[in-house]
Amino acid sequence: MTVLARLDHVTRRFGDVVAVDDVSLDISAGSILGLLGPNGAGKSTVLSLVQGLRRPSTGRVQLFGGAPGDYRSRQRLGCTPQETALPPTLRVGEVIDFVGRHFDRPLATVALAEEFGLTELLKRQTGALSGGQKRRLSVALAFVGQPELVLLDEPTTGLDVDARRTLWDAVRRQHDRGATVVVTSHYLEEIEALAERVVVMGHGRVIADDTVSAVISQVSLRQVRLRTDQPDLVSALAGVVRRDSAEDGSYTFYAGDSDRLIGDLVRAGIPFTDLTVRGATLEEAFLALTAAPVASEADAVPEHAQMETENHR
Amino acid sequence: MSTLQSTPAGGAASVRATGVLSLTLLHARFNLLETMRIPAALIGSLVFPGLSLLFFVVPQRTVADNPEFATQAVIALSVFALMSNALFGFGLTISANRELPWDPYLRTLPAPGVARVLGQVLSTGLLGLASIVPVIVIGGLFTAAEVSPVRLLSGLVALGLSALPFMFIGVCIGYSMSSKAAIAVVQIVMFGLAFAGGLFLPPFLFADWLDTLSMFLPSRQAREFVIWAVQGGDLQPWVWIGLLVWTAAMFALALLLFRRDEGRRFR
Repeated sequence: MTVLARLDHVTRRFGDVVAVDDVSLDISAGSILGLLGPNGAGKSTVLSLVQGLRRPSTGRVQLFGGAPGDYRSRQRLGCTPQETALPPTLRVGEVIDFVGRHFDRPLATVALAEEFGLTELLKRQTGALSGGQKRRLSVALAFVGQPELVLLDEPTTGLDVDARRTLWDAVRRQHDRGATVVVTSHYLEEIEALAERVVVMGHGRVIADDTVSAVISQVSLRQVRLRTDQPDLVSALAGVVRRDSAEDGSYTFYAGDSDRLIGDLVRAGIPFTDLTVRGATLEEAFLALTAAPVASEADAVPEHAQMETENHR
Repeated sequence: MSTLQSTPAGGAASVRATGVLSLTLLHARFNLLETMRIPAALIGSLVFPGLSLLFFVVPQRTVADNPEFATQAVIALSVFALMSNALFGFGLTISANRELPWDPYLRTLPAPGVARVLGQVLSTGLLGLASIVPVIVIGGLFTAAEVSPVRLLSGLVALGLSALPFMFIGVCIGYSMSSKAAIAVVQIVMFGLAFAGGLFLPPFLFADWLDTLSMFLPSRQAREFVIWAVQGGDLQPWVWIGLLVWTAAMFALALLLFRRDEGRRFR
């Protein structure tokens, strides 16, 4: 398989904060790769390194065999702007046309607009679009140059379910035409719907890199909910990876094997009441996987989450 | 892979040359288009220099009635118009754009840094040239300033050339600080260069030390260069050498800052 982009032991620091920590990653032609992780996990920084917007502090980033900072390397790369970023005075058709003219083989503005349901809006100034319409335009811009590699950063955040599915369909159609897609998200549903391979990031590191089903089985956890006076003793039992406390005084423990946990609980003689057990959703499991160990659950989101957000304002 | 790509609906995928020149023109055109959509911003830069001439030069009849002095006053204010347009146009636009997420997006497109810098040079330059039209019209109608059509043309060319260092100074300001800092710095630089460069007061009123200092400033060099192009006489070497050095140095610095830029910085 052709490698379109490669990160080789890449670390990126912002001052004292390590946003990306020794990440090695190959993005090969043909797949849809999901990049999954909570805010501040380093997903957006990884994309900005591939786009040539930032340089790694150490390590090497390659795009189509060249340096991402060289504009010629970006001829076959498609990216999206933040939807709030579109120049408000320009018309939809003008923005598509402007971006398309950077590429050797752009799609016709009318054809792209039809593909993403923007035909009625071509004459509208982007400042007059709704949030969903702006989002569709932003994603459409990534495909105007008929790129081989497309980077979508949280493409459907803030969209309702219908709009989200419409956009996924459009992305899948583009993928079927040969575009390799990298999509970041903190929606598991989105990754499950789109991606074939998923890379889970947390604290700037790659935690898991596998097929979607393999990652799901890897992180399948059970939730054991109960009331007790001695939560620390329960946390110390074998197999407990995380503890949450609810406002009603109950605790939720996450463990791979809930039957064994309850057996241990009873054998240890720890008093408890109101026991319920259920499977963790993928989202909960994924949070447990990316969060710090049981002891320090308070600071699950590192500081550079805020820094990355500020950058986009 | 390219072999997998089918022709889109409409079959309009076309092969286009995307050379640096055409990308430069593209960026210039869309910069202008964006500016044109907010007419208030245009009126400000088009009207202000003309009004300065009307209020500060036209009433002073000793200057306004003397063809040589009046022509020089029109030239000085034209240089001022271009300089403030360049400093504001670049310094503020760039620093403000760097704080918006549209700018990082543009940097992911396959366009070299040169095309984006030169695109902005072209669009702001055209606006600058438009801003001196009122100055020339008011100067022609209400003062004794005089110029032949050929001299007017050579003066305009000289104005355009001498504005290059100010454009690149603006670019450097834009890429080296936040928009709030840029507003203050642009004003200090603009008024400093205008006063010390003889754009508000003619240099023959200067003290010797100020006159000497003035010769090292691009504003003074621009003034002398355009006066030479319009009124003739000798072109002192310090004028054109100075302009060349300022232009080359500021262009190099602007490119360096552009390449180093990663949007807003975090400390």
